[in-house]
Amino acid sequence: MSEYKNYLANQVKIGKMNRREFMGRAMAAGIALSSASTLFAASAAAQEPKRGGHLKLGLEGGSATDALDPAKALSQVLFCVGRNWGDLLVESDPLTGAAVPALAESWEPSPDAAVWTFKIRKGVQFHDGKELTIEDVVKTLQRHTDEKSESGALGVMKSIKTIENKGGDLVLTLTEGNADLPLLLSDYHLIIQPGGGYDNPNAAIGTGPYKLTSFEAGVRSTFEKNPNDWNPNRGYVDSIEIINMNDATARIAALSSGQVHYINRVDPKTVALLKRAPSVEILSTAGRGHYVFIMHCNTAPFDNNDLRMALKYAMDRENMVQTILGGYGKVGNDFPINSTYALFPEGIEQRAYDPDKAAFHYKKSGHSGPVLLRTSDVAFPGAVDAAVLYQESAKKAGIEIEVKREPGDGYWSNVWNVQPFSTSYWGGRPTQDQMYSTAYLSTADWNDTKFLRPDFDKILLEARSELDEAKRKEMYRTMAMMVRDEGGLILPMFNDFVNASTKQVKGYVHDIGNDMSNGYVATRVWLDA
Amino acid sequence: MTGGGPLTGPALTTGMGAGGDSPSQPAPASGAMVTPTTGVVTGTFWRRFTLRRPLAALIIQRLGLSVGLLFAVSLMIFGGVEALPGDFATTYLGQSATPQAVENIRKDLGLDKPLTERYLNWLGGAVKGDFGTSWASKNSVSEQIGKRLGNSLFLAFFAALISVPLAVALGMLAVQYRNRLPDKIINVISLAAISLPEFFVGYLLILFFAVQLGVATFPATVYDSMGFGERLSAIALPVATLVLVVLAHMMRMTRAAILNVMSSAYVETAELKGLSAFRIIAKHAAPNAVAPVINVIALNLAYLVVGVVVVEVVFVYPGMGQYMVDAVTVRDMPVVQACGLIFAAFYIFLNMAADILAILANPRLRHPR
Repeated sequence: MSEYKNYLANQVKIGKMNRREFMGRAMAAGIALSSASTLFAASAAAQEPKRGGHLKLGLEGGSATDALDPAKALSQVLFCVGRNWGDLLVESDPLTGAAVPALAESWEPSPDAAVWTFKIRKGVQFHDGKELTIEDVVKTLQRHTDEKSESGALGVMKSIKTIENKGGDLVLTLTEGNADLPLLLSDYHLIIQPGGGYDNPNAAIGTGPYKLTSFEAGVRSTFEKNPNDWNPNRGYVDSIEIINMNDATARIAALSSGQVHYINRVDPKTVALLKRAPSVEILSTAGRGHYVFIMHCNTAPFDNNDLRMALKYAMDRENMVQTILGGYGKVGNDFPINSTYALFPEGIEQRAYDPDKAAFHYKKSGHSGPVLLRTSDVAFPGAVDAAVLYQESAKKAGIEIEVKREPGDGYWSNVWNVQPFSTSYWGGRPTQDQMYSTAYLSTADWNDTKFLRPDFDKILLEARSELDEAKRKEMYRTMAMMVRDEGGLILPMFNDFVNASTKQVKGYVHDIGNDMSNGYVATRVWLDA
Repeated sequence: MTGGGPLTGPALTTGMGAGGDSPSQPAPASGAMVTPTTGVVTGTFWRRFTLRRPLAALIIQRLGLSVGLLFAVSLMIFGGVEALPGDFATTYLGQSATPQAVENIRKDLGLDKPLTERYLNWLGGAVKGDFGTSWASKNSVSEQIGKRLGNSLFLAFFAALISVPLAVALGMLAVQYRNRLPDKIINVISLAAISLPEFFVGYLLILFFAVQLGVATFPATVYDSMGFGERLSAIALPVATLVLVVLAHMMRMTRAAILNVMSSAYVETAELKGLSAFRIIAKHAAPNAVAPVINVIALNLAYLVVGVVVVEVVFVYPGMGQYMVDAVTVRDMPVVQACGLIFAAFYIFLNMAADILAILANPRLRHPR
């Protein structure tokens, strides 16, 4: 929380936030009114970040096949690398998830939310000294949407019909209204590159706080401070070194011996041990990622809602969070949204483990014989253990589950989204609309529960262009209830992002957006000698 | 182990025999395929040539076969990667693949073309020495491999430099004090080292030398701007791990081979003549025991170059193994093919070198029947 206060205070200092906005967000963060207003006044006197030093990160998730082209960035390491050298038009607020300005200073929607006008920040320089222009912005967005695009952001960009420069402003016209458009532009692939990156997508020339000085795919990358950074309130250390460490034990050894300052992906099973090291701090952040058991609603025997309900009640969620996540997570409620999302529908009753209800629905469904569940450890860490735990808790309700362990290689193409009952993982999306559109819309490619409901689709599309937030929230409640009570999703847990740093590292911002402080870790922290 | 005496002839034990002796270090498919070819088709000229210059004939024969083998390996790798579920486009994009992005990548790389056409295209380039560009990073494969191979060889060289002389010396020492305390200590320690999985040995070394004592460099990542001294200090722990892993195998083979020779009549004569034990071992027994030892050393050297991916991962060392694994994970065919060929070439070369050295060491083998 104190880090978030610092973050807010910094935003005030650089003039990115006025008093009203500041107070609103501070309140949302649960900072008391009186202290928030003192904080605003005193923000200049807030704990001053130290500048300088060489920050070393030991990160999992890089590979020799990594390429710097942001369109193709998929690994955790590239995600973090891109944050260092590049900027997006829009960022998301670390605590509320709301859209906040970055290279776009402000934006305005048309009344139907189908046409959006963005003002681009002036006086920003790329690392090669060239001035950022509207043309760079237009071309970047085009590169991620044109018909030859291989961009990972293609999915979120496909609703954009035209990208235009109108009098120096960026104008986006959508195929249909979308109140969340600014947040879509916070997708980490959409780094603004000179000339859109058409000439050399791998150049890693951007407007970010650090310049890339060397990059060896799957090994190491180094950065130095960009002296012309437009945003003075980030980039505190002088230089950064990211070392790829794909072995969990190696990361822990490197951190506890002080060879690196920060590591990602700490295994929940070893957190308790790592905590004992005096120089180490565990950084656990609530996130949107969730571990799921998915049933195809259109395939026997899962086309029977009573069987689906029986299987939902047979899940011991508390036990899952404790055993599989080591307590570093929150129980899920069978819809893919948690309180980190804007417009989260509060007050929906938490579904609990209830063998009696499970047995009741199971009997009503008329199903007999074992239910086949396919799993693999690539689905999520500990997926096979989770399946066996589930088998045990279901047995108490008289439901027999047969666990079949599938090979990890090819799991995503042969089992997930293909077989009627399997385990899987979802990373979060920036908005509820995105999450539902990606995996619960009838026509979505990744509708992995085969949830084919025209009534659901209709509300989803209506909510998308609804600018009245109260109405929208009500729609999201209806949708959540439909998925929870009629869908094929069993969602036992949301996992926290568990990272760790040495005590030297200060100013870490717990960002709900994504892992590693939403990738911004290296640009937000400073080193306290 | 006892079957590895010099009389059996190295040409017959090279591939399969010695490979079977190393359960902890499985040789890749390519290694097992290096079966010697004693009965190749022979013309009269060839027969005469074989008799007159057995060594040259063997080398020519082996070189010819190597080309065929490499070709077969490339075909097998291609088929193997094709048989894996999912192609480059889907695996590279993973869970975040959209059908259009997948389609674009496939078209871009020509994955929509038939299997044979793609293989022949690749082969056409490879024959001319052009391994193409990595599908994932679009960088030249040769250039990238050059760097990684250099790192792997650097590590393997120092591991071999320490482990081979040490293993042979310890083996001779064990023979000299056979069934006495030094022999038993050497045996117990080396067996313990070989029984521990290499990652565990690595973790133990990291725990003691890097975390608790803080004297060793960790991670062992090497990069371009590093000086030679820094590099040496970086690879100290991985080298120590590899030495511990390969030492026992070579040491025990040396011991067994020498003991085998020690039971023969001429050694008894030497003993009766009153020569010192060490002189007998070093001067009379060792030369005749050299063939099987060379074979084991060759296999371990090959392992040091191509089989150390686990050690690379544990120590965060950028070698070939990790490079190939990364490429296989996303089905980056040009990289997988190039790595596979280099690995196969290493096995073939080292096996050939072992055979030649064995023949040089034992003149009787130059005239097989």
